[in-house]
Parts: sequence; C-alpha cells; structure tokens
Amino acid sequence: MTRTPQTRFLADGRRLHLHDGPIDLIVEANGNPAAIAAAYQAAISRFTGLLDELCEELPILRRAADPQACALQGKVARRMYAAVTPLAGDHFITPMAAVAGAVAEEILGAMVDAARLDRAYVNNGGDIALHLADGERFVVGLVARPDRPGLMGTTVIEATDPSRGVATSGRHGRSFSLGIADAVTVLARTAAQADAAATIIANAVDLPDHPAIVRRPAQELQPDSDLGVRLVTRHVGRLEEIEIISALEAGARQARRLLAAGLIEGAALRLNGKTQVVVLRKLDAGVSYPSSRRTIFESLTHA
Amino acid sequence: MLTEATAASDKIRCDACPVMCYIKPGAAGACDRYANHDGELVRVDPHIILERTVSHGGALVPFQAGGDWDGKIVHEPGMFVTAIGAGTTYPDYKPAPFIVSSEVDGVDMVTVVTEGIFSYCGVKVKIDTDRYLGPETATVRVDGEAVGHVTTSEYGSQMLSLGGVHHLTGGSKKEGRVTCDALMDLSNCKPVELAIDGGATVVVRAGHPPVVNGVAEERMRVGCGSATIGMFAKLWHDKVDDVVVVDDHITGVLSEHQAGKLLDIADTGIKMKGRRSTPGRYFQVAEPGTGWGGTKISDPLSVLGPFDPKVARPGMSLLMVSTTGEHAAYYELDAALRPIEKEMPADLRLSVERIQENCEPALCTVLFMAGAGGSLRAGVTDNPVRLTRSVKQALTRVTSGGAPVYVWPGGGITFMVDVTQLPAGAFGYVPTPALVAPIEFTLRLSDYAALGGHMGHVRTLASIRENAEIRQMPLAAPGQHP
Repeated sequence: MTRTPQTRFLADGRRLHLHDGPIDLIVEANGNPAAIAAAYQAAISRFTGLLDELCEELPILRRAADPQACALQGKVARRMYAAVTPLAGDHFITPMAAVAGAVAEEILGAMVDAARLDRAYVNNGGDIALHLADGERFVVGLVARPDRPGLMGTTVIEATDPSRGVATSGRHGRSFSLGIADAVTVLARTAAQADAAATIIANAVDLPDHPAIVRRPAQELQPDSDLGVRLVTRHVGRLEEIEIISALEAGARQARRLLAAGLIEGAALRLNGKTQVVVLRKLDAGVSYPSSRRTIFESLTHA
Repeated sequence: MLTEATAASDKIRCDACPVMCYIKPGAAGACDRYANHDGELVRVDPHIILERTVSHGGALVPFQAGGDWDGKIVHEPGMFVTAIGAGTTYPDYKPAPFIVSSEVDGVDMVTVVTEGIFSYCGVKVKIDTDRYLGPETATVRVDGEAVGHVTTSEYGSQMLSLGGVHHLTGGSKKEGRVTCDALMDLSNCKPVELAIDGGATVVVRAGHPPVVNGVAEERMRVGCGSATIGMFAKLWHDKVDDVVVVDDHITGVLSEHQAGKLLDIADTGIKMKGRRSTPGRYFQVAEPGTGWGGTKISDPLSVLGPFDPKVARPGMSLLMVSTTGEHAAYYELDAALRPIEKEMPADLRLSVERIQENCEPALCTVLFMAGAGGSLRAGVTDNPVRLTRSVKQALTRVTSGGAPVYVWPGGGITFMVDVTQLPAGAFGYVPTPALVAPIEFTLRLSDYAALGGHMGHVRTLASIRENAEIRQMPLAAPGQHP
C-alpha cells in the first residue's frame, strides 16, 4: 500500500503544502490555471512514496559519500550523491547534506515536466528549487535566523542567471552544523548543489577551540545522526567583533573556493549581526553583474 | 503511536514515518513533530482539546447532551478529546493518531480520534424563506461552477443539496475545487454566494438569515396561506369582510375557507386567479418570485379578478397579507366594486403584527453529510465492518468534533451533523479534492476489544492531558472563525 502524504493549501489558497514525515514542502506555481493545477497534481503524485524511496537507502545515504563508486539506486538519492561528491574530497560529507535540495528539485522537475509554467518554486524548509521561464524573475529574501523571522536582505534571480537553487544552512535549522554561522545562504545551479555547499560553508564559519562555543557529539543528541561522534554546535556565547569577522572570513574562504570551482553562484554568510557576501553579482542592490565575468564581489556589512 | 523502547536504552524509535528515527529523551525526531517525553513518544504540534466548562455558549457543545447512551464518558472537567487537528495516518491500517482511553466510574472508555477524509460528502442546506429561489432540480452554482441542485420545498423553507462525489470528482477540476471550497466554507460557517439557474442568488451562512437577491430575509412564514387563514380567522371575524393570504404555494381566502365557514363569514363575491384546490385554497395565483408571499407580484390586487356584482357590495372591506406579515394592505370596494387601498384599521394592523410575531427568525441551516469509508474505519479497528455494526447496535457513539450526529440507517456509516455545533474551523480539505472533517467513535473498552480495536495503541486520557501536545481550545465567539 502506498503511503499518502498530507496535502493542503495554505491559507492564501495559492501555495500548496505537502507534508510527509520530516519533509515539509511549500510549492507555488505561476501560469495559467490549468497548468498550475496540472503542476500541483504532478507534485503530489511525485511526492507520494518519495520518502519511502529515500528511506530504503537511508543507511547508505547516511554514510560518507564515496567519490569512486555510487551504490545508490534511487533518482533522488543519486542526485544527493552527485551534489556532495565534488565536496567529498576535502570534507566529511554524506549525501544527506543535499537531501532537502534534492527533494525540492525532484518535485519541481515533476511539475515542470507536467505543465508549461511561468514560474515555480519548491521550498523545502529553506532549500529551494526554482523554475523561471524566459523573462521571469524571483526575488528571494534572506532570513538570518529561521527562529527569528525578518529579512536581512534580498536577491533577485533572473531567468538569465544560472542559479536555480537556493539553500540556507546554519546552526538554528533542523540539521546540525559543525560551524557557528547563524545562516549561510547559497545560490547555485541546482537546489541540491546549493544545499550541500551551504552545509560545507556553514561548517567553515567557525572558531575552533573557542571557549564560548559549546559543542556536543551529534549522536548524543540524535542517535542516528549521519554526523556520528562529530562535535556539533549547541551554543555560541559572547564573541568579540574581530572573532566574528575572523569566523566569517574562514567561511568566505570556503565560499570563494566553491565559487572558483563553479560549484556555487554566490553566498551570504551571517554571524552575530554581521553579514559577509561572496557573489558574482551584488546582493541587496538588485543590480545584476554579468555572470560570465567570474569576478567576485564581496562586502561585509554591519547590521 | 507505535513506540518501541530499545533494550538497555532510554531512546525510543518512532515509526510515524519510514525514517524511523531513534529519539533521545527530551529530543524530537527529524520531523520536529514527534518527541521523546520521558520515554513516551508524543506529538509536539498542537492538538485541540475541548474544555466544556470554560466555553459554554459558543462554538463548543457538550459531548453527551442528555443522550440515552449509558456508557459514561469523561465526566471530570468535561474534557473531551476531539479529532480536530489530530491528523490522519497512512497507510490506512495504521491506528488513528489518538486512541484515547479514560477510566471513569469503573467503566473504561475509548475515544478513537481521527480526521476523516471524505470524498463522499456534501451539505444539505435549509433556507428559511418564502421567496422563490428557483425550480426544483435547478443547478446551484458558485463562481459559475455547478456545485449542487435545488431540491424539495419544505415548510417555510427551500432545501438545497450541495456537493457529493459527482461534483467533487466527477466533473472538471475547477468544478471539484470550487465545490470543495464552497462545502468547506459552508461547513466552517462562512458565507457563500449561491446562484441558482433560473432563480435567485442567495448568500448562505449557517446560523444566519439568508440574503436573497441582496435582501436579508427576516422571518420564516408562520404557515402557508391557507394555514394562516386557519390560525388567525378568529382575529378577523367581524373586523373585516374578507382576507386573502397571498402565498406562492397555497393562497388562502377567508370567506371561502373552511375556517371562515365555521365562523359564518359571508361570501364576498371575491374572485381569485389561480387554480382552486379545495374551498378557499388556491394554487399558482402568480408566478413565483421574491415579492409578496414568495410570488413575483408587487401589487396584490393582480391576483384578484373582478368581484362578483351579484354578491359584492360597495364598502366591503378586504385585507391582503403575505404569509410572513411582511406585506399587507387594506382595501374597500368603491361604487364600481373596485378595491381601493385605505389606511388599515388598528385591529387589522394588530392581526398583521400577530402574523409577524409568529414567524420565527429566518435562518440558513447547513448539515454536513458524509460517509465513513472502509479505510477510515480501518483506522479504528482491524475489521471495519464490525465498527459499522457496533454503531448500528448503538454500542458505539459517533460524534463529529464533539457534536452529536445523526447516523443513517442502512449500510455504511453515513452521518449528518449541524455545522454550527462544531468548533470554529473544524473542517479542512485536501486537493483530491475532498473534505477533512473530524469524526470520533466512542465505545466501551471491552466492546472496542471485541470489535478488533487497536488495543496496543489505546492511551489513557491522563497521558494525553499531561502532555504538552494538548492546548486549550481558543474561545471563539459565535461567528468568529479564525
């Protein structure tokens, strides 16, 4: 018997909320009504059974990705694997680092295959897959802390931009972080890539051995965490301004490496009220820079 | 919920979904919805519990409103766990989210709490009005989509039947969606504008007066025109020569009516249009409409023919009144036996007011009707048909959001519930499209075991009440629907 996800529209009547186990998706499509209906139906169809598919391979998905051989069968699982392997050489990373983005991408793909849409997005807890028809754009708001709603900035993604994925990682989210960033938001070509990269960059925003940072072994908190005995951040005490800048810079170095490798299109890093931006085009101002020029624009703002 | 304490460990394994998280005490699973509370798996997101004592007179109703069911229920502070927000589990053979047991007066009770997803559902709407809303079987539309039809006229009211599986899933996608929205809004006591083919546009809101073609209905008629004559003949005796009670269905004429004959009221030579049924009772005096007495007329004299000159005489008096007393006029015949409107004498005005006084406030009533399918019943017991039988034998009490329901005789568990008796916002929907409505089955624990209940999942009321997952039902003023 197939499990059926819970599906409902949000109060605005436009956005679809799909829920199954730990997955909560907010889905919206723009286009003609028939196309929207077809897209939502496709989203529901594809979502049905998707969690079961993933769970069948959960033990492998929770192990460090082996760049040499992929033992995974599922389409979403393989997409997760593909997103994390470019990062696996230098870091401990499991395909689970890309699960949210990969699921968002999969659902979006089903919607776009089913109907001609002007715009669509699938938001999986902040990890977002985007579809933009020619001439369309999305304004994406950046939230510093998921537990404290409020925009710290916005960025505009145009149809001509290569980014179709947005993801945010940090120590306040559902997943554990090895770093201390409040939020690292990444733009990448795919949602799975953005998800994996955000995890790696957020881990890099760190002050190793700092006494004000409380860390605990992941499995002590969540017995089946893919992070095992690795220390995850539980609390960040008072930090000096220079420490904050130093931690952000450590993350920015990581972001620049990924940018240079073509794995991301941009990142915004946030810690204790300060934001560092590593992008090909400027965030906040909405001014587009030609992405062919792989010049990195950076800014450090003080909020 | 299935919980499984692993050996020599305080962590528990959740099987609410296939992720099957191990959860440490005080921690939540990957979903943030289920948590380990002192070794017990609990849901963290809020569920709604009703506390009768704090919210009498409003959205809440007593669970057992003087019913004759002898199995005592939760007496203590009138606490009743309802299905709203309970969610549903899939696949169907998994137990309903809450199977609550409480022990009161030595009787173990269980309430199986779930939300049902109903594709087979609709609403029966009763609109108190004399006005003509449309022909029987006419299509009722919302936003141009067919959502139901006009059915029978009942005493002082017009019935509509809306929804049902054919409109929900049998038509176009839009038809299904619009129907689903309309049903949900009507069930949640929100106003919905209904347009009837070849008839009126009416705004229906459960517990409120209908608004027909933009005019709010005030009163429900006291009876048909003929009945009104019967009821008030004595008031008119010796005060007026003749009375016509104008009605779309049965117009009454005092001098010809049996009630008038018994009072020895003399013939007046009045001549009615329409089809004479029995003495003093006329059908079809005018086309139906939203004018006098549910007809389309604005001038009551248009239902009269010329007076018979052999019987009628100048100066004879005539009262014309509608079945609600909303319209009334007084006439006297002139020398040419033509009725001329005059100021109404005080006695007659009193009789019109008496008609008005006897008309109850006009309301819209919405009964939600749905059938509990096999899969919903499977959430309650491993042998669904036994639940049906148990309900039929009155061993199991069915409620919807704590409100009493009427269960239809015959096969299945098809029930009706007055939507104003449910807490605010009790109904939801899924894009199938289908409505989600709360439904509870309450029965003796021993009977529950006998019908194949999920005994392993029965929880005590105390264990639910103590957990943070329960929150007080917000006090909703009537008409407020957050």
